[in-house]
Amino acid sequence: MIKVEDIHNSFNSLEVLKGVTFEVAKGEILALIGRSGYGKSVLLKQVAGLMKPDRGRVLIDNKDIGSLRGKELEQLRSRFGFVFQNGALFDSLTIFENVAFPLIEKTKLSKQEIKNKVISTLDEVGLTGTEDKYPAQISGGMIRRAALARSLVRNPEIILFDEPTTGLDPIIGHAILNLIDSCHKRFGFTGILVTHEIPRAFDIVQKVAMLHEGKIQILASPQGILSSDDPVVQQFITGSIEGPIQYH
Amino acid sequence: MVLQRIGRMGLFLARAVLLAVTPPFKFSQLLKQIQFIGSQSVLVIFLTGAFSGMVLGLQGYYTLNRFGSAALLGPMVALSLIKELGPVLSALMVTGRAGSAITAEIGIMRITEQIDAIELMGVNPLRYLVVPKLLAGILALPLLTAIFDVVGIFGGYLIGVKLLGIGEGTYFAEMGNYVDLEDVLEGIYKSLCFGALIAWVCCYKGYYAGFGAKGVSKATTQAVVLSSVLILIWDYLMTSLLF
Repeated sequence: MIKVEDIHNSFNSLEVLKGVTFEVAKGEILALIGRSGYGKSVLLKQVAGLMKPDRGRVLIDNKDIGSLRGKELEQLRSRFGFVFQNGALFDSLTIFENVAFPLIEKTKLSKQEIKNKVISTLDEVGLTGTEDKYPAQISGGMIRRAALARSLVRNPEIILFDEPTTGLDPIIGHAILNLIDSCHKRFGFTGILVTHEIPRAFDIVQKVAMLHEGKIQILASPQGILSSDDPVVQQFITGSIEGPIQYH
Repeated sequence: MVLQRIGRMGLFLARAVLLAVTPPFKFSQLLKQIQFIGSQSVLVIFLTGAFSGMVLGLQGYYTLNRFGSAALLGPMVALSLIKELGPVLSALMVTGRAGSAITAEIGIMRITEQIDAIELMGVNPLRYLVVPKLLAGILALPLLTAIFDVVGIFGGYLIGVKLLGIGEGTYFAEMGNYVDLEDVLEGIYKSLCFGALIAWVCCYKGYYAGFGAKGVSKATTQAVVLSSVLILIWDYLMTSLLF
């Protein structure tokens, strides 16, 4: 369903992505792991068509997202959900209005239908009672859940998660991962999860790709990653200071 | 580099104008923006209009009196306000009050990925964020300018008639003799342009704001300065070329 082919990207002459290739099959979630600041979020934005690679392409159902414009791109994007690292909720709208936004803008549902749908989605993510609050009035964990609700409300085929648990305490982080898992089982979306929750996130994904020095170091099942004898992979998942990965 | 920036600003405006004339139209957003740019600016326009008119009344009276033409105070105040001061000062006030807020709002939405979120929901952020502000600017500025002019003329009346003793009939009758419809239209055309210009520059600067709080503050400053300078340049060009 999602095919990333030989993506290259440079910023200020620094080559961040040096030929990234992987595939995500329909209904699968792929965890994308790797060091901070090494292009995972950039890659995710390229999958969503928010950024264009210098070279290579991203195919969604064999359509090159980089070559689409106007209505075609809007239509393809309406199949996407995206959970941003900080939630990216509209701070001038209430939680209800945030979740209702894609329904108001992109569907012809009646006000009552929108209300029912928003309330049931907020209930799914455990946010009943927060409808009239603004993002600034709720906690970080609730913001991520509201962002997930906003992504889920239109039953998207693809959801991209950009570090949805970063900055949360371990319990809330775990709860968010469980929520993603239960929603995945229920709605069957295809997803890419950029995360540092290792190995906890491995319980809810089918494949793991590790981005290292601009390339995919390994693409395997969670078990395959955990049992890999690649010293780079081992150092990263154990978080060891000693090893082939140099830190500065 | 400068040409590239001008080109990018031009394309930004062209895309916004194209979206403004093609459905779907965002009427509720437009009303919100008219309320924000228009209604919420009335007080500041009222105050600046009143005091501008009063200063004109005072200065105009003493200047005209030297030439024995104090009776022409009404048309002098009215023409100054309707043709120049009304459109220009209203536009500068709206830039300071609403334009800076527009840039800051859009800039914060940019750096907190809210604009990316809009785009990823299949909604065109220009249509949702920029077009309503552009149309609201075009609609609100002439109305605010009209308020400025009327209040200013009344301010001049208070000083000229009530304080300095010019006849009430003289003040208004001479105004009727000297102020034409063309003068009023000149002010309206200018304010229409200024409304579009403020929304265009302020939205553009916010939309392409740099990173972090510093990026937004820089964008806001640039928006206010650039809008103000362009208002004065455009005012000169319109006055010299069209009228």
